[in-house]
Amino acid sequence: MMKDTRLLMGMPITIEICDSSATQKHLDMAFDYFQTVDEIFSTYRDSSEISRLNRGELRIEQCSEEVREILALSEQTRRETNGYFNIEHDGSLDPSGIVKGWAIFHAANLLREAGLHDYYVDAGGDIQVAGQKDDHLWRIGIRNPFNRYENVKVLSVTDVGVATSGTAIRGQHIYNPFQPNVQIVDILSLTVVGPNIYEADRFATAAFAMGRRGIRFIEDLPGFEGYMIDSDARATYTSGFERYVLSV
Amino acid sequence: MRKVTVAAVIIGVFIIYSLLYHQSNASALPPLASNNTRPATSVPTATPPIAASGTSPTSTTTPTHYKDGSYTGSVADAQWGYVQVKAVVKNGKIVDVQWVQYPNDRSRSIMINQYADPQLTSEAIQAQSAQVDIVTGATDSSMAFIQSLSDALTSAKA
Repeated sequence: MMKDTRLLMGMPITIEICDSSATQKHLDMAFDYFQTVDEIFSTYRDSSEISRLNRGELRIEQCSEEVREILALSEQTRRETNGYFNIEHDGSLDPSGIVKGWAIFHAANLLREAGLHDYYVDAGGDIQVAGQKDDHLWRIGIRNPFNRYENVKVLSVTDVGVATSGTAIRGQHIYNPFQPNVQIVDILSLTVVGPNIYEADRFATAAFAMGRRGIRFIEDLPGFEGYMIDSDARATYTSGFERYVLSV
Repeated sequence: MRKVTVAAVIIGVFIIYSLLYHQSNASALPPLASNNTRPATSVPTATPPIAASGTSPTSTTTPTHYKDGSYTGSVADAQWGYVQVKAVVKNGKIVDVQWVQYPNDRSRSIMINQYADPQLTSEAIQAQSAQVDIVTGATDSSMAFIQSLSDALTSAKA
C-alpha cells in the first residue's frame, strides 16, 4: 500500500494505491501531473498560460492543447448548466472550477493506464475512486459543514467521482453568475456522485450556484446523485442516492 | 347535552393527540450542530493566493522527505477565527493533516424548512460514527490553512 499527501495547486492532494505492485514512481507520476497542470492554469502565477492569455499576451489559437480543451469544456458546461457555470468573471478567465476535477480525472487515468486497480485520488475533498480498499469498497464520509470533525453520511463506492461544493470554508466562493454580488447562504454543501470526478465536480459547482434548486438539477441529470445540506441543518437528497450509502 | 359532551371529548382527544404528535416530531429533529457560537457574518475573505509552490516553477515535483513525527503549525488568523493544523509524518511522508484549532462559525437558523418535491427526500443531518477512508467536503484553500500547514512542514524538514 502506498499513500502520500502533497500540497499542490493550493490544496492538499492525497493519493493512495492498494495494489501490491504500487511503487513510489506511480505516486510521483500522478503528483508531477498536478504540478504540470498548476503551471499551465494557475491564475496566481504570472508565467502561466492562463495569466498570459488574460493579459492579452497570447491568443487562444496560440495556447496549448490543454488550455484549448479546458476552454472548450468550460463553454460546453456553461451551456449544459444554463449559464450557471461560467469561468469568465470581470472580463478575465479563471478556469480553476473545471481544472480541478479534470486534473483529478486525468491523474487517476494515469494510474489506471499503469495497470493499477485499487486507488483513489483526492484533491481538496474531490475524489476519484477505483477498485476497493482491502476487503471493502471505498468509504467516503461527507463532512458536516457545521462541524468539520464529523461526517454526516458515509458512502460505500467504487469507480465513481465524488465532489462536494460548498461554502463551509470562508474564503472560498462560488457565486451565482446571474447575481454575482449576492452570497449563497441558504445551502452549505452539495455533494455529487457521478460517473467520474470530472463530471461530478463540474455539475456540483454549477448546481451549488443555483442555490436550493441545485439538487433538483442533479435529480434531473441521468447518472448523477446528490446530497445537499442547507443552513437549517437539513439534508435533501436525490431519489437514487441511498444506493451509495454504507449500510451498517 | 350528550352531543355537546361527545363533541367536547372528541375535541379534547384531538388536542391531546396533536400536542403529542407535535412533541414527538420536534424530538425527531435533533439539532446536530453542537457548539456554534459565532454568528455567521457574511464577509467573504479575500481569495487566497495559491501558495502551493510559490517558488519558481519547476517541471517536476521533487519528492520531499520529511522527518517522522507530528508537527504543529503556527496559529494563523483567518479573519473569522484562528486556525492551526498539525501534520503527521511517517516514513518521510505526510500521512495525515489534522486540525488543532478551527473556529465553529456557523450560526444555525431555527427555521426548519421542508423541501417540497416528491422525488427528493429530506432529513435532519446526523453524525455518523463509521470509520471512513476518505472525506469529501468543501475545499480548504484559505490562506490561513496553507500558512499553518506550510509552517508545520517547514519544521518537519528542519
